[in-house]
Amino acid sequence: MPDALLRVFRGDKDGGQSVDYKVPLAPGMVVLDALHSIQAHQSPDLAVRWNCKAAKCGSCSAEVNGRPRLTCKTRMDSLPLDQPIVVSPLKAFPVIKDLVTDVSWNYKVNRKIPAFKPKPGVEWKMDQRDVDRVQEFRKCIECFLCQNVCHVLRDHGKHESFGGPRFFVRTAGLEMHPLDSVSRIPLLKNEMGLGYCNITKCCTEVCPEEIHITDNAIIPLKERVVDEYYDPVTMLFRKIRGS
Amino acid sequence: MTANYETHEHDVLIIGAGGAGLRAALEALAQGARVGLVCKSLLGKAHTVMAEGGIAAAMGNVDKSDDWRTHFGDTMRGGKFLNNWRMAQLHAQEAPDRVRELEQWGALFDRTPTGDILQRAFGGHTFKRLCHVGDRTGLELIRTLQDRGVELGIDVFMECTVTRLLKDGDRVAGAFGYWREQGRFAAFKAKSLVIATGGIGKAWRVTSNSWEYTADGMALAYEAGAELMDMEFVQFHPTGMVWPPGVQGILVTEAVRGEGGILRNKLGERFMEKYDPKRMELSTRDVVARSIYTEVKEGRGSEHGGAFLDISHKPAEYVKKKLPSMYHQFKELADVDITKGPMEVGPTCHYMMGGIRVDAETAASTVPGLYAAGEAAAGLHGANRLGGNSLSDLLVFGRRAGKAAAEFAAQSSAPNIDPSQLADAEREMLAPFERADGEFPYPIHHDLQETMGALVGIFRNEEDLKKALVQLDGLKPRLAKVRIDGSRMFNPGWHLTRDLKNLLLISEAVTRCALARRESRGAHSRIDFPNYDTEWEKKNNIISNEGGSMKLQQRPVPEMPAELRQLLEEKK
Repeated sequence: MPDALLRVFRGDKDGGQSVDYKVPLAPGMVVLDALHSIQAHQSPDLAVRWNCKAAKCGSCSAEVNGRPRLTCKTRMDSLPLDQPIVVSPLKAFPVIKDLVTDVSWNYKVNRKIPAFKPKPGVEWKMDQRDVDRVQEFRKCIECFLCQNVCHVLRDHGKHESFGGPRFFVRTAGLEMHPLDSVSRIPLLKNEMGLGYCNITKCCTEVCPEEIHITDNAIIPLKERVVDEYYDPVTMLFRKIRGS
Repeated sequence: MTANYETHEHDVLIIGAGGAGLRAALEALAQGARVGLVCKSLLGKAHTVMAEGGIAAAMGNVDKSDDWRTHFGDTMRGGKFLNNWRMAQLHAQEAPDRVRELEQWGALFDRTPTGDILQRAFGGHTFKRLCHVGDRTGLELIRTLQDRGVELGIDVFMECTVTRLLKDGDRVAGAFGYWREQGRFAAFKAKSLVIATGGIGKAWRVTSNSWEYTADGMALAYEAGAELMDMEFVQFHPTGMVWPPGVQGILVTEAVRGEGGILRNKLGERFMEKYDPKRMELSTRDVVARSIYTEVKEGRGSEHGGAFLDISHKPAEYVKKKLPSMYHQFKELADVDITKGPMEVGPTCHYMMGGIRVDAETAASTVPGLYAAGEAAAGLHGANRLGGNSLSDLLVFGRRAGKAAAEFAAQSSAPNIDPSQLADAEREMLAPFERADGEFPYPIHHDLQETMGALVGIFRNEEDLKKALVQLDGLKPRLAKVRIDGSRMFNPGWHLTRDLKNLLLISEAVTRCALARRESRGAHSRIDFPNYDTEWEKKNNIISNEGGSMKLQQRPVPEMPAELRQLLEEKK
């Protein structure tokens, strides 16, 4: 098989440049294999995060030819090999080194979300149909590709006032848990900036777990916010009560 | 402590943030301890996410006759009676509570028609016993524990690698490590430590394990004076992917067989009829792995040197629902639609039954203040682990380790940190940067994997094992002269150099134990000693550090009380 040319970002927070590496192709090779080959034979200090190599841990996220991808799942033979394959770090997060970015912001957002709290005295029985809905959200492997592609974060940098698709998915999983007792609706409206999302579905498109982020998580949550805050009857009731 | 290092102080420091580490952290916190959790990767990425098929617990939701006694018996038989009986008993008794607890923390398992947790069949388990979430049970487990930890406020130190345990006299005093991102050093002072760092899969090229599994905890504990046990028992999972080359070794969950998957050779024969006609595909992992290996060796393998695993006789929608990640994994990585045709599978290094020798009740090692749980510890699984018994192990003994470590800390004064130990540890990490020539670490890792794969694999013999010891010895001077390119900032070559030291050390322990055990039992198959030996059934191999050299001795397996022995007789 011929060689492929990888154009990989090398640098840190102070900047950097793309470096070309020629890598021998093998059948079924994925981009992460090519990066490992660079580490083993050319540049042992090339920084890449990875763990399971089976699309189950969400560590190896990067942008391949401008598209956010799991590099362990991106087949070389799915890319045009007559031109360089451009591999760069996620754009929505600060670069630490090469393809490794600082994703600690995500862990901070996660801490704001109140945990699951069962209804008191609940019987631990659940119907599979109710569980199905939440299990879709719990498939999330925290690769943060949805966060990376979301224009509220990527282009507008609203990290301070927006939670991002990943954490709408997590919150939806808690809100729709059949036995949960907490409301996270005020948090979604006030601190997580759900309103910023204008449902362009970019997140859904890049999700490697094929979670219907926009349709099944974000839109139902938006409806709950509307019901809670903008329902005319409730608003009138609030006005009368003075709350 | 010392002004030269970033320092952190806790009552209990936990090393490793997979299921065992997280469960230990939650328990130590519940006991009122100040808890720190150090892990090599980002939180939530540990190999627990790769556990697919389920968690074994005798809840009796599907098969009402199941109870802890049957689970205990299955575990002992699966481990060929080399297990620590007390660990097997505690594990079987406590697993159901640990699963219910997960549910109360928000985990959502698949359900039975009456709304209870659904359980599926698995190799070596008498009843349908594995609580599961499709084929991503481990992810559900780690996410649940992680969210609980975030809620309760555990101090987590992500992407930090521990390279040395610190001692104060006989007891532990903390740990020294480096931040992977910046390469800075950190000192952690703690009254007690829990090791939950997993296994040693990366000593083999064909493995289901990620870069993290370099035997760190076993090596750290050994160097700190703890004993290791039963290191010859390395589990080769029967079904890893074999094609294309880049995905070789990636796990194909046993749930495929649990859901009715059939194994065939290239002649179309259902070959498990020959090897275990009673249990067929749901025989124990050691048996199925050897069977596939033998079929391939004798020329009846698939094109790429594996066997065919077929689930396509089940309705396509059922396969996609129960095995979604297998469906995607094969479709995307191997161009195979598993609802239409068979998968090619072969053995892959998966799990370490041996590890740090611990007390059954408390998970305490032989060093005061040092505890170990999960894959890093030995005892529960004996000579062969049953599928599904790992996730339950993490929870049962993670909790026990966290509890005992917190209790130890509560009764201890603050340890003293010896600055010379820190200076030593720092010197060790900086040395490779000072060498201008020498080879990169990657070829050494490659050669180690070749040695272990060729000479310390599924089938072993004396000649190969002796050859392996010589080859391992030859790698040590090469590792001592490794050169590093670049800076200390997120430098995988530098990280691998240190990890390799652990891999080499523990590979030697594995090989020595394998050479000593002159019989075949569970995952340890000696071509030159193909049968059980009743004398070896009574012995554990014990490895210890005697003034810098590795000592191997045998100790009697703890004797089972009469009532448990009787229980095993009855169920035979």
